[in-house]
Amino acid sequence: MSATDERTRADLSTQPAPPDGGDGSGSGGGVTLPRLGPGGWLRYAWRQLTSMRTALFLLLLLAVAAIPGSTFPQRSIDAARTAQWITDHPTAGPVLDRLGFFEVYASPWFAAIYLLLFVSLIGCVLPRSRIHWHQLRARPPRAPRRLERLAAHREVETDETPEAVLERLRTTLRGRRYRVHAHDASTLSAEKGYLKESGNLVFHLALIGVLVGVAWGHLLGWKGDVILPVGQTFANTLSRYDTFSPGPWVDVSGLDPFTLRLDRMHVEFESDTTGRGQFGAPRDFDATTTFTDAAGQAREESIRVNHPLETGHGTVFLLGNGYAPHVTVRDADGTVIYSDATPFLPQDNFYTSVGAVKVPGADPDQLGFAGFFLPTGVIDDQRGPHSVFPDTLDPQLALTAFEGQLFPSGAPQSVYTLDTEAMTPVPGKDGADQLRILLRPGQTYDLPGARGSITFDGVERFAGLSIRSDPGKTLTLVSSLLALAGLVLNLVVRRRRVFVRVSAAEGTGRTVVSVGGLAKDDDEGMDDEVDAVLTADEGHR
Amino acid sequence: MNDTLAQISSYSVYSAIVVLFLALGFYALYLARVARAGEAEVEAAPERELVAAGGTTSSVGTDEPVGTDEPASTGGHVGTDAATQEPARARKAAGIAWTLTLLGTALVVAAVVTRAVEVARWPLGNMYEFAIVGAMFTLLAYVGWSSRRDLRWLGAFVLAPVLAVLGSAVTVWWTEGSALMPSLRSYWIAIHVTVATMTVAVFTLGAVIGALYLLQDKRETSGGGGGRTAFMSRLPSARALERLSYSAHVVAFPMWTFTVIAGAIWARQAWGSYWNWDPKEVWSFVIWVVYAAYLHARATTGWKRQNAMWIALIGFGCVILNFAVVNVFFVGQHSYSGL
Ligand code: HEM
Repeated sequence: MSATDERTRADLSTQPAPPDGGDGSGSGGGVTLPRLGPGGWLRYAWRQLTSMRTALFLLLLLAVAAIPGSTFPQRSIDAARTAQWITDHPTAGPVLDRLGFFEVYASPWFAAIYLLLFVSLIGCVLPRSRIHWHQLRARPPRAPRRLERLAAHREVETDETPEAVLERLRTTLRGRRYRVHAHDASTLSAEKGYLKESGNLVFHLALIGVLVGVAWGHLLGWKGDVILPVGQTFANTLSRYDTFSPGPWVDVSGLDPFTLRLDRMHVEFESDTTGRGQFGAPRDFDATTTFTDAAGQAREESIRVNHPLETGHGTVFLLGNGYAPHVTVRDADGTVIYSDATPFLPQDNFYTSVGAVKVPGADPDQLGFAGFFLPTGVIDDQRGPHSVFPDTLDPQLALTAFEGQLFPSGAPQSVYTLDTEAMTPVPGKDGADQLRILLRPGQTYDLPGARGSITFDGVERFAGLSIRSDPGKTLTLVSSLLALAGLVLNLVVRRRRVFVRVSAAEGTGRTVVSVGGLAKDDDEGMDDEVDAVLTADEGHR
Repeated sequence: MNDTLAQISSYSVYSAIVVLFLALGFYALYLARVARAGEAEVEAAPERELVAAGGTTSSVGTDEPVGTDEPASTGGHVGTDAATQEPARARKAAGIAWTLTLLGTALVVAAVVTRAVEVARWPLGNMYEFAIVGAMFTLLAYVGWSSRRDLRWLGAFVLAPVLAVLGSAVTVWWTEGSALMPSLRSYWIAIHVTVATMTVAVFTLGAVIGALYLLQDKRETSGGGGGRTAFMSRLPSARALERLSYSAHVVAFPMWTFTVIAGAIWARQAWGSYWNWDPKEVWSFVIWVVYAAYLHARATTGWKRQNAMWIALIGFGCVILNFAVVNVFFVGQHSYSGL
């Protein structure tokens, strides 16, 4: 670090200056602390931050810091599981929560690591880019005095004149893609493999592009989910989404006004193979829709997994599916007070689904039904109502009924669960304290008292659609491909220097040709390279 | 028809296990025989020195059997013409091992191909298939690389992990052939999963050679020769091993980078978002960062090559974890183990 001490005061501005090499060959990494003013300290800190050791340390730290995100449930991925985990671990849960373990990739400490890493990277790469820029236009350096000291070296004698030998070797080297320069009449200096460093710099700079692309998508991207039963139409406005999460900079009033009608939903499950984990596994999901764009042009579109629909400003993905039993509720006079396809959310691989039917129009008390839809239903004492196959082999609706106030506080609530705070269970006919209803399609159940009836008309499928926009994705993709290209160049290309010196052999009138080769890092092929340069020469003779 | 194919596929895997196990035995025998010859040579050397010191004749030793006439080559490293110094019995063991390896590789290839025909799709849909295809690529990489340089010393160390994987495949990971779930139905499976599996094969070679490097390095610095590590004398020098391991990693790292990029492109198609910090994505990222750290450590002056190699081995630990643990025990979208 002594170089830092020797800088004059004029250098010690408050702006940290870039390190001179940046390759962090780090002469000991500052074991002796320099005596410096505040500017000097800044410079010192900057030098440490942009050293290769620090980059290495931060990389390892980043790897370690990413791990908890896979071992603890993450709120952004599965909020319910996260909440459950915290409830199950009353001591550790809240502490880990405060420390950000359930939002690792949005936590300040994770951000601190990668931001420091990128600052380090910029501080490292910019000066190196400048140096490389100059090197690209510089001549290969002068041949060292003693070529035999280089890693690879050969010497031969020939009858030809020094000029002829130099001329031929120059051609050979050029043919081998060397940049050749003669600093004097008896030597050649040649260098190749500049692309190695170019590749390295492209790689590191492109990583910055990846980060910017990710950030851009985060700030200006949005996503919304909607559950759409067959036959229904979705209009792309904010209020039609079940959930909508915009990035901080998104203008939510600017959604383009397309509509999407779900015409058919084709679903296939494995029923042939009975092997472990295979029976009932999903095989094909295909939503046939009518898409009407903002200009009013309608066309049929099939949305499948791996085959999303591009709408222009967003992309529609088919991410889920399930069942929406069609339920009709009548009052005591037989007047229909509720009739709708009501989506129930699948809970397991066999589509045991939960949901609620809310009938605010019932009189005198509002009615609510909560329970399960089972595509292939089984009810046993141990597990209660559950499904044993995801397709509708024996669809059943198992409900309990409540009466009272559906929306006591007026606060928004989930359409899939019943808030029974201000409700009481409807008693069973035979004196049981809770009415349990089991319906198959077409069946009607007469509610006790003058409460009317409930009919399970049939079942429709629904498509779980997610509509998303990520304006940063192209930048991220292009940058990552550039990074890959740079990386390959960096790892494949070899930076090599070859020097030639000719001199007259004593007395014989012959010419001594001395060729030395030098490579960046260890390069097993350097001896062969020097041989090849020389034998090309001999072959010419 | 499909049942027949399924049976052929299973039989191929089982026969491959038997054949490769034999090959492993012969490779071990090869190392043992070379080591024994090496030890004999070490014992013979002082005697010869004594005679030489006596100054009686300078031609002592020239009529010794082939393989012990070059005291300078005790190390028996590749590049010092190792082949010519081996006892014939060792060479024979290696020859048999090589033939068996080729046969075993062919059997694994056959198992994969018949499985693919049986299920009528790309054979990379569950852990069983990942495992046998991974074993196949590892064997192919070893066989292919062997045609360019003498890697007989490496055989035993490659076959051991391959056998472990094949053994696990037929016991714990076995899954009946079946169709794919919708998210896997995409041409990206042929790109992303194939390259991922190939990469793991190359990482395996890099890690095996890297571990041998650390052993050899320890042996060289402690000056140890005989005993249980005598077979190491047949291996290349620590420096050469380190370079070999590095070159495997240099091939594997860009492949892994590509795997992650391809996975992200596919993730957007299938799941709607190119990066979701799903456990599998987390670990792919961790692996990438750890190997990037290895390459950095190796390029950092002042960092010991041994320490850099340890980072690479940690990276390989993460690769194993990503396959054997994350696939089975972590909750995420990559639930394709078929278990
Ligand atoms: C996001 C952070 C970074 C990542 C993922 C990363 C990754 C890599 C990778 C994969 C290589 C190729 C390895 C090779 O050439 O063998 C590399 C090389 C290199 N990196 Fe980084 N790097 C990062 C940050 C940095 C920083 C902050 C510095 C400067 C202190 C730096 C300096 C270098 C240098 C000098 C090389 C060339 C080494 C050589 O081949 O001689 N990198 N980096």
